[in-house]
Amino acid sequence: MSLKLSPQSMKRIKEVMTHYPNKQAALLPILHIVQEEKGYVPAEMEADIAEAVEVPVVKVREVITFYTLFNRQPVGKYHVQMCRTISCTLCGHRELLKYVKEKLGIEAGQTTADGKYTLSVVECLAACEMAPAMQINEKYYGNLTPQRIDEILTGLK
Amino acid sequence: MPFSTLFTDNTGGVLTPYINQETNRLKNYLKLGGYDAAKKALAMTAEQVIEEAIKSNLRGLGGAGFPAGRKWSFIPKNSPKPTYLVINCDESEPGTCKDKYIVMGATHALLEGIIIASRAINAHTCYIYIRGEYVEPAEILQAAIDEAYEAKILGKNVLGTDYALDVYVHRGAGAYICGEETALLESLEGKKGWPRMKPPFPAIEGLFRCPTIVNNVETIAYVPFIMNKGAEWFAKLGSERNGGYRFYSISGHVNRPGVYELPVGTTLRTMLYDYAGGIRGGKKLKLVVPGGSSSPPLRPEEIDVKMDFDSLAAIGSMLGSAGIIAMDEDTCLLDMLMVTSRFYHHESCGQCTPCREGTGWMDKVLTRMMKGGGRLEDVSNMPDIANGIMGNTICPLGDAAAMPVLGYFKKFREEFESHAKFGKCHTGEFTSWKPAVKA
Ligand SMILES: Cc1cc2nc3c(=O)[nH]c(=O)nc-3n(C[C@H](O)[C@H](O)[C@H](O)COP(=O)(O)O)c2cc1C
Ligand code: SF4
Ligand code: FES
Repeated sequence: MSLKLSPQSMKRIKEVMTHYPNKQAALLPILHIVQEEKGYVPAEMEADIAEAVEVPVVKVREVITFYTLFNRQPVGKYHVQMCRTISCTLCGHRELLKYVKEKLGIEAGQTTADGKYTLSVVECLAACEMAPAMQINEKYYGNLTPQRIDEILTGLK
Repeated sequence: MPFSTLFTDNTGGVLTPYINQETNRLKNYLKLGGYDAAKKALAMTAEQVIEEAIKSNLRGLGGAGFPAGRKWSFIPKNSPKPTYLVINCDESEPGTCKDKYIVMGATHALLEGIIIASRAINAHTCYIYIRGEYVEPAEILQAAIDEAYEAKILGKNVLGTDYALDVYVHRGAGAYICGEETALLESLEGKKGWPRMKPPFPAIEGLFRCPTIVNNVETIAYVPFIMNKGAEWFAKLGSERNGGYRFYSISGHVNRPGVYELPVGTTLRTMLYDYAGGIRGGKKLKLVVPGGSSSPPLRPEEIDVKMDFDSLAAIGSMLGSAGIIAMDEDTCLLDMLMVTSRFYHHESCGQCTPCREGTGWMDKVLTRMMKGGGRLEDVSNMPDIANGIMGNTICPLGDAAAMPVLGYFKKFREEFESHAKFGKCHTGEFTSWKPAVKA
């Protein structure tokens, strides 16, 4: 395998490939491992990933672009993802989004100049019981108000 | 994630006692009699296990409500190919947020259910497909699986028998459509999530072209309790042909949003007013979505309906994933339908024309109306577009997108007409564009 990753990631990939009867099924787990190490899935790694799971490169590209969680570009240190779906909109998503945009000085889809924050608007996070909700990197936050958002962002350091 | 938003009735519920900070640890689950049901099932034949599930009236709780035991019985006998069990934890239907409580709290009950269901269909490999955003739940799940292997509850000799079972967690990557069972299987195979044509159904040709059962997390988590306390006990808890308890997610304009484990067949009014504390700010209810955002909406005079599959179907809606969303009298329904339609447009996989184009048109027209550019013909055109999608697509996402449009336009037509005529919301300025922040 010509994948250029840390030994730990390579070990995880080797292990995950034993979970399935063929190599292609390990594609999503491998992409997650790549993204955990690199922060995104670099285009120049697509060929090596394709070789590892024995499919044409176009199939790898197709998968990366189909699933919204795979980033094709680097994102900020903190990826703020605000839910815009029905329960969150009912409970004040739009006002909060406006607040966060002003606070960070960026629009949805942008990254702050210092590379610290990327702001995204996403569909239902399945946190509707604590709407309005958002996810920052791996962590969920609910029952948001402007004050809560201030506290959360300060807490990130 | 807190468990403080999980509620049940005064009996304490079935699964709820198993959901707190400690219960995802094996030693605590064993103290509660954990894995006794699996031992019992492993001593039974597959047919006997299926028979119990059928008698319990356990329905699929992922959305379609298909009786779980009957689904298991479709697996061909003596197939030369391996059989797979796949657990659906994609949890992506807007308004639905229940499976994470089970995965994070009743983790071992889910694993025990997996052992029993595997026994029923003779599967030796199970994949749990969990939505990619659920990083913490996936870690808790993996930790419980590791504990179970360590204690020889999973692996080559399940609970000291010669039955072998491997369980793997497979993370999705942000695509609602991968909750649809055949898209989920494609995704598990390392492909983009394009639903397959049915037949063949997964029970005949599913994962890696082998016989496969796909079940929702919640469906499977109830199975150990049925094996322990008996099918009759479970069947009696619910209403006719709809066994047991289930988890209702309640969100939107209620005083106490949360996830409620209640007997199937409790009325919607009881859920909204007695359990969820009524509409916040003392306002009136305007509309309620009973079963995830794709289910046709109900008017306030319809909420005495029993929340089971058959009763909701009888009044032209559906229980689906039991995601209840309440909207108060100040809500702009054009706005809410636009948000709903934008979701289905965003999530359409694009494989079939009626869904790809139709969801795009619905999103576009509703957005234009929302911006004040509505035309009277929109009011008659929208149901036409929706009807053009219904029943004409490979998977039910097309119907899921069409049903809310048809329902909102049928039940609240005046509101859409008024938008089209006056270019603004009849409730005043587009109230929902600047919504009240929760007190
Ligand atoms: C568009 C679409 C999305 C779905 N999303 C989910 C989901 O997130 N979770 C789920 O369990 N079932 C979902 N389903 C239902 C599954 O296709 C399938 O019926 C279910 O997982 C079967 O399990 P059950 O019989 O235990 O309910 C979805 C169906 C459709 C059409
Ligand atoms: S109905 Fe929509 S989501 Fe389903 S297969 Fe067709 S295009 Fe894809
Ligand atoms: S609608 Fe925002 S989390 Fe479900």
